[in-house]
Amino acid sequence: MSLAFSMPEPRMVHDPMLPERAVIEAIKPEAYGISTFFLRLADPAEAAAYAFLPGQFNMLYLPGAGEIAISVSSDPGEPRLLGHTVRYAGNVTRTLGRLKVGHGVGLRGPFGNPWPMGEAAGKDLVIVAGGIGLAPLRPVILSVLRRRDAYGRVVLLYGARTPADLLYTDEFARWQEGNIDVHVTVDLGDERWKGLVGVVPQLFYRIRVDPKRTLIMTCGPEIMMRFVIYEALARRIAKESIYLSMERNMKCAVGFCGHCQFGPTFICKQGPVLKYSSIEPFFGKEDF
Amino acid sequence: MAAGLPRVSASVVVPKASLQKVFDNLRASGFTLVGPTVREGTVVLEEIAGLEDLPLGWTDTQEPGSYRLQRTRQPEYFGFAVGPHSWKSFLHPPRLKLFSVEKNNGDWTLRAAEEHAPAYAFIGVRACDLHAIEVQDRVFMGGEFRDPHYARRREQIFVLAVNCGKASATCFCASLKTGPKVRGAFDLALTELPEVFVIEVGSEVGSEALRDTSWESATAFDLGRAAQAVQRAERQIERQLRTDDLPKVLYDNLDHPHWDQVAARCLSCANCTQVCPTCFCTTVEDASNLKGTAAERTRVWDSCFVLDFSHVHGGNMRPSIRARYRQWLTHKLASWLDQFGTLGCVGCGRCITWCPVGIDLTEEMEALREKATP
Repeated sequence: MSLAFSMPEPRMVHDPMLPERAVIEAIKPEAYGISTFFLRLADPAEAAAYAFLPGQFNMLYLPGAGEIAISVSSDPGEPRLLGHTVRYAGNVTRTLGRLKVGHGVGLRGPFGNPWPMGEAAGKDLVIVAGGIGLAPLRPVILSVLRRRDAYGRVVLLYGARTPADLLYTDEFARWQEGNIDVHVTVDLGDERWKGLVGVVPQLFYRIRVDPKRTLIMTCGPEIMMRFVIYEALARRIAKESIYLSMERNMKCAVGFCGHCQFGPTFICKQGPVLKYSSIEPFFGKEDF
Repeated sequence: MAAGLPRVSASVVVPKASLQKVFDNLRASGFTLVGPTVREGTVVLEEIAGLEDLPLGWTDTQEPGSYRLQRTRQPEYFGFAVGPHSWKSFLHPPRLKLFSVEKNNGDWTLRAAEEHAPAYAFIGVRACDLHAIEVQDRVFMGGEFRDPHYARRREQIFVLAVNCGKASATCFCASLKTGPKVRGAFDLALTELPEVFVIEVGSEVGSEALRDTSWESATAFDLGRAAQAVQRAERQIERQLRTDDLPKVLYDNLDHPHWDQVAARCLSCANCTQVCPTCFCTTVEDASNLKGTAAERTRVWDSCFVLDFSHVHGGNMRPSIRARYRQWLTHKLASWLDQFGTLGCVGCGRCITWCPVGIDLTEEMEALREKATP
């Protein structure tokens, strides 16, 4: 005999692991081994619905190669064309580097916690970036330029290993014109370099900050960010006013794969942008 | 024989052979039965057809790094503790194809994998494992995002839980209050007595599954004997995990010298994470055909003990075994609380039994406490 109860209908839910198809619209070489890929979502409805905040990232998928987390480096005011500044470092990025305009890429996103633009309004902003760490901060700079009156003094402290590794150098003049104070340094100069030589945190000695009204946003190698935090704290800037963007291995970006854990924090969900005070006990812990 | 069906929350007594009728009822309703069976000297969880597949007359002896099956004098269907498998294999499959891709001329089309997830009836879910399912519910269904693969399987399951009548030497559920008595959402909860099963009805579906089983209402005497059986198991549990001061005691001792001592024994083999009923980490595998015209993506279980787990360009965040064991234990007993409001440990003892060198997290935790920095 058959029973009175039957199986509940399985519910169809959207799978957050399925990428949307996007097309490469343009590729802009930025520095040695680094290019910005401008992507447009192929589905017009998806493209129209897409919006991101400065500091958020997408998962870019290449069939057979894999998937990686890349922050959006373009203007949040122009979310139809999404810039992703990529360094050719691993399997996926090298495969991406062989693609051409018109080729397809998988895209999921945006994910993650953005930079605190609301909190930054009315304050002085010190943006500190090392190497490709400027990519997730570029949307901050472009957002500031759109509403320059909403912020106080805005300073960019930026450095890379060599002059050839500096990103977005063609935009620095426009940023300066927009009343952003740009300071640039390199670890190692070449024969044509006439700028500063030294590590990024030393740029703090070229500016004056008012600790009560200053917000720090920093992204770069962890060792650089440690010394940025050191310099900021030395200037009496509160731990709660220091924000950093962290990098960890990520497979899913939605908190299921476990790879990006940093103590209690899932970098994909609570990060990548984190308030320093929220991770202080773990930051800089050896092999953590 | 009582007519009709028992009401929810009632307890009934059925002859042992009647469990086959419960199985038949479940199968007639479309469930795929999964339960314990003996394979290669181990009680594993597999699809089962009937009572004859259950490990009748087998029991286990478990110690740190050791698992042996033995014959018992009293033939019981559920006279053993948990084996290496847990229900997560069915709710969160070890390998799951996510999608496939067909490529041509640099462009491609994506096709989501078709899922054939049967409605499972889980036969013999122990108290610790029922808690483990609730822990994974929080991971995959409790947050901003929902894992549709897990949710689909989870929403369809039938749970026939079993109160433990025997504990193994590696069990420590009592100290975590996750067992040995079954609590939580079950359809039926069974206690095995020498000649009958005492069954508590937990849901309408559970009640329906008892149709035509010649069930009778349990008497106070039956219920007393069932309670005694669980109490006997609880008395056998000697191992304990102290949970006071968690997560603080771990966060305060990330540089404790004891981590080096565990690392000297740990092989980083990942057995503990594979047998753990709550460990959820996965990675993805990408494969393509030789011509590069088709590719697919598969989600597979991963482990924080694998070196590549923390790989970023330029290296691994946790290159030492010390760092990886610390990550695992700190996640289980500290950061899990912050992330999901519950411990990542249910006291099943699998990680102790199946550790090839017998590392016991309850002992390691005590060592970290004893010499803890104030």
